[in-house]
Amino acid sequence: MNALPPDWPDRLFDTLKRADIRQVGYVPDAGHSRLIARCRDDAAIRDVALTTEEEGVALAAGAWLGGERAALLMQSSGVGNCINMLSLMRSCRFPMLTFITMRGEWEEFNPWQVPMGSIVEPVMKLCDAEVYRATKPEDVPRLAERAVQQAFGEERVVAVLLSQELIGKKVWVK
Amino acid sequence: MTGTLERRAAMATLMQNRGDDLLVVPGLGSTTYDLAAAGDNDRNFYLWGAMGGAAMIGLGVALAQPKKRVAVITGDGEMLMGMGALATIGIQQPPNLAVIVFDNGVYGETGGQPSHTSGGVDMVAVARGCGFATCVEVIDEAALADLASRLKSLDGLLFARVAIQADEPPRVLPEKEGAVLKSRFRAALGLTP
Repeated sequence: MNALPPDWPDRLFDTLKRADIRQVGYVPDAGHSRLIARCRDDAAIRDVALTTEEEGVALAAGAWLGGERAALLMQSSGVGNCINMLSLMRSCRFPMLTFITMRGEWEEFNPWQVPMGSIVEPVMKLCDAEVYRATKPEDVPRLAERAVQQAFGEERVVAVLLSQELIGKKVWVK
Repeated sequence: MTGTLERRAAMATLMQNRGDDLLVVPGLGSTTYDLAAAGDNDRNFYLWGAMGGAAMIGLGVALAQPKKRVAVITGDGEMLMGMGALATIGIQQPPNLAVIVFDNGVYGETGGQPSHTSGGVDMVAVARGCGFATCVEVIDEAALADLASRLKSLDGLLFARVAIQADEPPRVLPEKEGAVLKSRFRAALGLTP
């Protein structure tokens, strides 16, 4: 596939730094592996490995209560785990920034990823989130910047979907 | 499972002379009413929903405010729904966080159905297994007084199970508007609401 590692995760990391994101919750995910590694290596960012994505929603609420900005990194399958916890964000108008790596779309090998992947966008919108989708590397920085401004400026949930076309297909046979 | 301590009295003991540096996140339902009954405070972030989220909200606050003490005081049912949070918190080891479970062994809000702690699930053992260095069982007044004192000078991740009666005192309902609760909590910390 790609001869060089894609640099959009680094651009995303730059955005998180510029936005002064101090807590990053994540469930380990291949598409986010580079960004997770950058966050883990940064002394000013507290990386919080989660057992399930909804923990990251509650974490973001707590961070904001305490005066810090948080972000949640997850895969499309994690969106379903978050639904009830997202009511916390809407009820209290908490800002939340989330970056969602998509599965179940472009060249997906595993059909079990399709049911959740295919409903991420409507589900997030039903949860009152603003949703953006990046399909090309050059989309990532501007959509991420927009998401930061909107999440913390308007105090709402903003999701940037990182399409499977952007991430590349999962290599099953190594 | 069910104990002998009275929940309102137990909360009052824990909140006595709480100090301005104590931030409290109760779970939805009874522990929110207990906390309100112990005296309203801008540094309480009452929950009316988000079941299973109290401990993680507490973690976010504790990481953001390392100089404050943070107490999550929730029920057994709420803690069971978000039990993975204990593992997540165990990895983070915030020294300024206490997770206190008021355990009556039943879901009081929904008609008293037995919770898993009634069936033998040991929350203290779970917390210990998740890396909480200090885990205490509070089954009598002496242990409760000891917990209150530990909370005053919190200096390490703490888990406590408080064995309360399965009674349901009259509800004391605090503010319900989430944006108000959020803003007043932040303002109490000197943050822009």
